[in-house]
Amino acid sequence: MTGPTDETIGRRRFLGYVVAAPTLVAAAELVPSAPAATPAAAVSPEAAAAAGLPSPDLTELLDLNDVMTAAALPTSNLISVEVGTDGMVSFALPRAEVGQGITTSTAMLIAEELAVPLERVRVTLADARPELLFNQLTGGSNTTVSTYTPIRVAASVARLRLTQAAAAELGVPAAELRLEGGAVVAPSGRRLDIGALAVKAASASTRQVSVELAPRAGFSVIGRPHNRIDALAAVTGRKKFTMDLDVPDAKPTMVCRPPTINGKVDSVSNLAEVRAMPGVTDAVVIATGVAVRAETFGQCIDAVRALRVTWKPGTAAGKSDESVLRELAAAELPLGLRPPTPTVEATFTFHFRGNSALEPNCAIADVRAGRAEIWSALKSPIVAQQAIAAKLGLPVGKVTVHVTEGGGSFGRKLFFDAALEAAEVSQKIGKPVKLMWHRADDARQGRVHPMATSRVRAAYLGQTVLSYKQRHTSVSTDLGHGLGEIFTALAARLPVGDVGFSQTFFHLSQAMSYDFGASSHLLAETDKDFNTGSMRNVYSPDVTCARELVVDQLAARMGKDPYRFRHSFLRDDRSRAVLARAAEAGGWGRAMAPGTAQGIAFHAEYKSVSACLVEIDCRPETVNRTVRDAVTGPRVTKVVFAVDVGLAVNPRGLEAQMMGGISDGIALALTSSLHLRDGYFLEASWDNYFYTRQWNTPLDLQVIVMPSTSEQPGGAGELAVAGSMAAVACAYGRATGTMPTTFPINHGTLSFTPKPTVPPVPPSPTDGLDHAR
Amino acid sequence: MPEHTFRVNGEQVTVDVADDVRLLWVLRDILGITGPKYGCGINVCKACTSHLNGKAVNPCAIPVKDLRPSDEVTTIEGLPATVGQELHPMQRAWLEQDVAQCGYCQPGQIMAAVALVNRVAAEGRTITDADLDGIRNICRCGTYVRIRQAIRKGAESM
Repeated sequence: MTGPTDETIGRRRFLGYVVAAPTLVAAAELVPSAPAATPAAAVSPEAAAAAGLPSPDLTELLDLNDVMTAAALPTSNLISVEVGTDGMVSFALPRAEVGQGITTSTAMLIAEELAVPLERVRVTLADARPELLFNQLTGGSNTTVSTYTPIRVAASVARLRLTQAAAAELGVPAAELRLEGGAVVAPSGRRLDIGALAVKAASASTRQVSVELAPRAGFSVIGRPHNRIDALAAVTGRKKFTMDLDVPDAKPTMVCRPPTINGKVDSVSNLAEVRAMPGVTDAVVIATGVAVRAETFGQCIDAVRALRVTWKPGTAAGKSDESVLRELAAAELPLGLRPPTPTVEATFTFHFRGNSALEPNCAIADVRAGRAEIWSALKSPIVAQQAIAAKLGLPVGKVTVHVTEGGGSFGRKLFFDAALEAAEVSQKIGKPVKLMWHRADDARQGRVHPMATSRVRAAYLGQTVLSYKQRHTSVSTDLGHGLGEIFTALAARLPVGDVGFSQTFFHLSQAMSYDFGASSHLLAETDKDFNTGSMRNVYSPDVTCARELVVDQLAARMGKDPYRFRHSFLRDDRSRAVLARAAEAGGWGRAMAPGTAQGIAFHAEYKSVSACLVEIDCRPETVNRTVRDAVTGPRVTKVVFAVDVGLAVNPRGLEAQMMGGISDGIALALTSSLHLRDGYFLEASWDNYFYTRQWNTPLDLQVIVMPSTSEQPGGAGELAVAGSMAAVACAYGRATGTMPTTFPINHGTLSFTPKPTVPPVPPSPTDGLDHAR
Repeated sequence: MPEHTFRVNGEQVTVDVADDVRLLWVLRDILGITGPKYGCGINVCKACTSHLNGKAVNPCAIPVKDLRPSDEVTTIEGLPATVGQELHPMQRAWLEQDVAQCGYCQPGQIMAAVALVNRVAAEGRTITDADLDGIRNICRCGTYVRIRQAIRKGAESM
């Protein structure tokens, strides 16, 4: 059931509910119409292969967003908008805000439909609601895609009820009334504020009503740039993150962690001594290490450093970058016989990358007899609630999980490692805890983007690409945060046959945008010994980077310009338009000094298309700049990024997401990776793990939001990473004359002195005053 | 336990805490001033950047015993009062450029920016790309370009 349920109901007509409540509560029943393919309608890849046909690109039939949107179908009627007597409109968003701007875009949808000023819309984050099943998972750049219509329908129901209440009040037919600036306005000019109508518009019983959504042509909020609704709180320090919450007696807590990945406590020789340290209230062994609780986090750090623990080996004991690379080589799926035509072949290596946000893993837990209360920024709060309940031995209904605003995620907060730990500690010591990971913990024991290789073979003849094969081989990606459950529930409806979660995810997220004849991309995964996760844009940055580098090689073989080659092989107008816009705005083909070059790349995902043009400076005077404790290297001097998300709800927020994705793409191509040695990652600081810094930032950045090409918004949160990483890699290859094959390009040089692993966290410095400036 | 007296955001405070507890935890865990954030604890990420007597410092690296009663600590919460306005010009520039994404690093970024602009002004010059390249504050959301724009904008009205 996707879209109109009755033939007599028009294109923009939807059914919603007025919910029984003292003031007006309106709810939506439907989710947006999605081209949800049925198994019968989909051509299975196996069938196509058997018929000797080029395999249809699965993402054309159904992509990840369709799966998530379809999964949200049965429960979306529980999304409700409330109007209060104070004239404020409230909505508890069943998603996590972690910086991507969805509270702002959600408020915009409601403001549009209800004709209220944006500042009168209050968007909060919903607690874990098990009844929502799959409709409370934030990921796959799916939030706006899946909530765009239901939220507007709920707001529209509210609009209808407010208008009806005003009609009765004013003795004027409802059809003659309009909403404007948070009031219902009569032809006479008389205004009734929606707050004054909130009780009259309420219903004593829950009833279904039919509403018509505002037509796109009349939009005055959606599609116009808006600043973030939480910006003032952010710049004044008033925005509250988990560790800023004042939960009574929830004292600072940290965990002394093992020297190798997932090592376990064997014994502790000085627990009593540590418990007697200044400020320390508790010290207790837990599943992942030894937890200490103290009056301040500073005293926790001191206690963690003082603990004398013997450890059992971890899950990756003895492993290194080199040994994992050998495992990947052994797991690689065959490319098959080389065709008789000319080919371009290349193999690329992508090293482990850290998935840490700036806010470290953290959670507050208050576990009492028979109940528990958790606060944490969680993108899969229902799964977290279930796992915590199981860990504590409590019924799910006795575990309250509050979703707090997150200090960044990039996929990291799909997992709830800190919440699970906090619950365990609180239960063991019988006190509330405010648990936080040290930065070194986050770098060494946190979630990582798995190491991967990508082998590509493209066969061509004359000016035709006959086939394109890509074999992506990766350390296993842990999808155990709820996405796997979505795939299981919808397995019967997916045209991918009996394959695992990761393979399903891979197939659903990888599009072949070029007319390259018979194309196939396969994923093989190996080794579950690492703590991995779905880092922003998941497989796509690596897969796209490898593909776009090979595209440049193909263009060179055919004697074509990289831009013109892409333009002639892209399959549709929308893709060609975004590529052409980037090339035009970025001055593609302009004369560049030796050692500098342009690069261009294309990426499509989440029902969106993007193209990125970069200019890079690889001249020695730039590469050899010195900044203390840093990687300088080649500098991306200019980025032009063109994006078409179908319908951009908030172009200003969309630009922000592209800018962030570009910072990620630059880091993935040039500077940021983890080095695995002897079962642990060497990195333990932001001056070891070289995410993009100001000295790596492009001096000139232009994001171009293409005019709307759809009635529906596509995904944006992760979109920019793949195209920008690929464009940087292509530019680097053109500037240096050598195609890069290992990423990031500086991985072979260790640019820092590794910190000790015992104690697991570095000492707190004491020389802060010496650095005042 | 020893007592330590200093000034925070215009008010004299006295805290009863061990000498070596770093200022960040005195602010956050004892005084409940949560604008300065923890991002590393080793003076690298700069998320806790605040001012001490008008200069940028990182409270994660300052033992509380190093503070004297006359020392003035300014956190993001106290920044507007330093110019007697509801918002500091740099905060207004941050709003105009819509810099913040998750917002976690932004109090530290703004405090670092204000100190940078003051330092550059004291040297009788205006902000250069090299000055901006020298900012070490991490933003994992990657808002660096808008930060650069906001600092230039904010500097105009400081």
